[in-house]
Amino acid sequence: MALRTQTGPYFGDFGGRFVPESLIAALDELGEAYDLAKLDPAFGDELLELGRSYTGRPSIITEVPRFAEHAGGARIILKREDLNHTGSHKINNVLGQALLTRRIGKRRVIAETGAGQHGVATATAAALFGLECTIYMGEVDTERQALNVARMRLLGAEVVAVKAGSRTLKDAINEAMRDWVTNVATTNYIFGTVAGPHPFPEMVRDFQKIIGEEARQQVLDLTGSLPTAVTACVGGGSNAIGIFHAFLDDTDVRLIGYEAGGEGVETERHAATISKGRPGVLHGARSYLLQDDDGQTIESHSISAGLDYPGVGPEHSWLAAIGRAEYRPVTDAAAMEALRLLTRTEGIIPAIESAHALAGTLELGREVGRDATILVSLSGRGDKDMDTAATYFDLYDATGETK
Amino acid sequence: MNPVRTVGPVIRRRNDEARGALIAYLPVGFPTLDESVEAAVALVENGVDVLELGLPYSDPVMDGPVIQAATQQALANGFRVADGFDAVRRITERTDAPVLIMTYWNPVVQYGVDRFADDLAAAGGAGLITPDLIPDEAAEWVAASDRTGLDRVFLAAPTSTDARIRQAVEASRGFVYAVSTMGITGARSDVDQAARTLVTRLSHAGAPASCVGLGISTGAQVAEVLEYADGAIVGSALVKALADGGVEAASTLAADLARGTRVE
Repeated sequence: MALRTQTGPYFGDFGGRFVPESLIAALDELGEAYDLAKLDPAFGDELLELGRSYTGRPSIITEVPRFAEHAGGARIILKREDLNHTGSHKINNVLGQALLTRRIGKRRVIAETGAGQHGVATATAAALFGLECTIYMGEVDTERQALNVARMRLLGAEVVAVKAGSRTLKDAINEAMRDWVTNVATTNYIFGTVAGPHPFPEMVRDFQKIIGEEARQQVLDLTGSLPTAVTACVGGGSNAIGIFHAFLDDTDVRLIGYEAGGEGVETERHAATISKGRPGVLHGARSYLLQDDDGQTIESHSISAGLDYPGVGPEHSWLAAIGRAEYRPVTDAAAMEALRLLTRTEGIIPAIESAHALAGTLELGREVGRDATILVSLSGRGDKDMDTAATYFDLYDATGETK
Repeated sequence: MNPVRTVGPVIRRRNDEARGALIAYLPVGFPTLDESVEAAVALVENGVDVLELGLPYSDPVMDGPVIQAATQQALANGFRVADGFDAVRRITERTDAPVLIMTYWNPVVQYGVDRFADDLAAAGGAGLITPDLIPDEAAEWVAASDRTGLDRVFLAAPTSTDARIRQAVEASRGFVYAVSTMGITGARSDVDQAARTLVTRLSHAGAPASCVGLGISTGAQVAEVLEYADGAIVGSALVKALADGGVEAASTLAADLARGTRVE
């Protein structure tokens, strides 16, 4: 069977629905609405039109030769999801789920967010569709992504700073699930990544796979052949599955996901879930997970809020288990260097999340040599990360003015 | 190994001699392991019929702020899953009440489902309540509980379809946990009418026993719930009493709750 045709609830041993019974009716409702929508040409047409006239699809590809000089001379091509409206790939999924929300007749949406990209995208779609919107964000993340908090509020969303647990993305998901259990009659949960209970991993992937479908053809048009490798950063893994999916059955194309290695996978401060975790159950799915011997989730660390998550989508766990995709860690330091390098050589400021894929690609380029072509998912832009970057690179002077 | 002290006979007996059974939740290890054992024993001495010991877990999506705070403190104090078996053993040595463990699923998976069942049965435990495990995903636990004779309590919600209600009834042993209202744990001023409807649906589906939880905090609410249900489950209110006033306050509340089980 072709890998591309795999659907939920299980991807090999991974996936499922490990949730309270109170949520099953809502998951069934969403899954059934999605299955009907898939068969309805009007749904697909509306989503495509929103992509074209609102998001700005298809996103372009950009070859980056000056950056590639630092990667052993391999050809490097970026898929520019950073140019989407709202600044990342997250809008692709959100517009799909907002259309579904309208089909199932709910008036309120909730979402979790780490870096704020998914929260901003959801708040944007809520404004566009006239939906009430609450975004859950870990308190740590509201501090390091204050600009995105302001954007969400300006868009009319309520932003709740979650103070429980590690006060990051995983706790925001817990709180969003509690809201959903309580308000499920009126509320749809617009989940931001390819993790969570079925149907989210399959549905979010389907809304994101346009990234790879466009890019595969664009690279063929540009170079006349498929790329040697496709790379992406992996937190929950939605941009990665989005760009990988079209290539799953192109067995000669290597697929490599870069996880947040934080301060190093030999330390306790990282978010390298597949590299360093083991299978378990978190947030409704069986997948790889950072956990202690008792199955308690271990707090992850990454300089990038969007990758600071101790779980990963079940389809990635499956692709790792069957050897179709590889997953490697990239440290905070390597990602920040790659962020600066792309900025200085190409005039493109990537999100810190996406900079993990760039850093991994620099290393990969030296492995695969000059004849190779690497397609990189540039999943988001770095505007939201300016404060982190300015602090990291010491770009502020003592009075807080930029140098 | 002694036969498992299951909850079914106790719930039946309490429905024969009183309005029904009072089931109390406490997290293991809060405020300390020893105090959680003392509190559990004191609850039974003050009229609780069945104990439900919660295993603290890092990501408790079904729990409201009171239980979250208590279980986070227990984890910060170094709670280990094996402490749960220790607590069950110590409580069952001192009381006749059956003791269920309520746990999110990942700690069981990581301990090993069969090993968990064996150690729980050896400690004298009655079985498991699994808030984030639905029967659809529970094949391994159904096999392990059949082998060991442990009870398995699945949840039913007001939004559950008739087919899912039947599935919960068929998969459960001991009782079915009827979620009284849509939401998470935490005391509420009125327990939802939805609970009454849900219990009626469960009994039409053949449930030998249905116990109602989420939102119950007073003896009067216990009495109200036991008009239609076989058991009333109280959690957050007891945990709050224990947090604020120690074992004594929890005992006082248990005695008040237990008055709700008595036929006047």
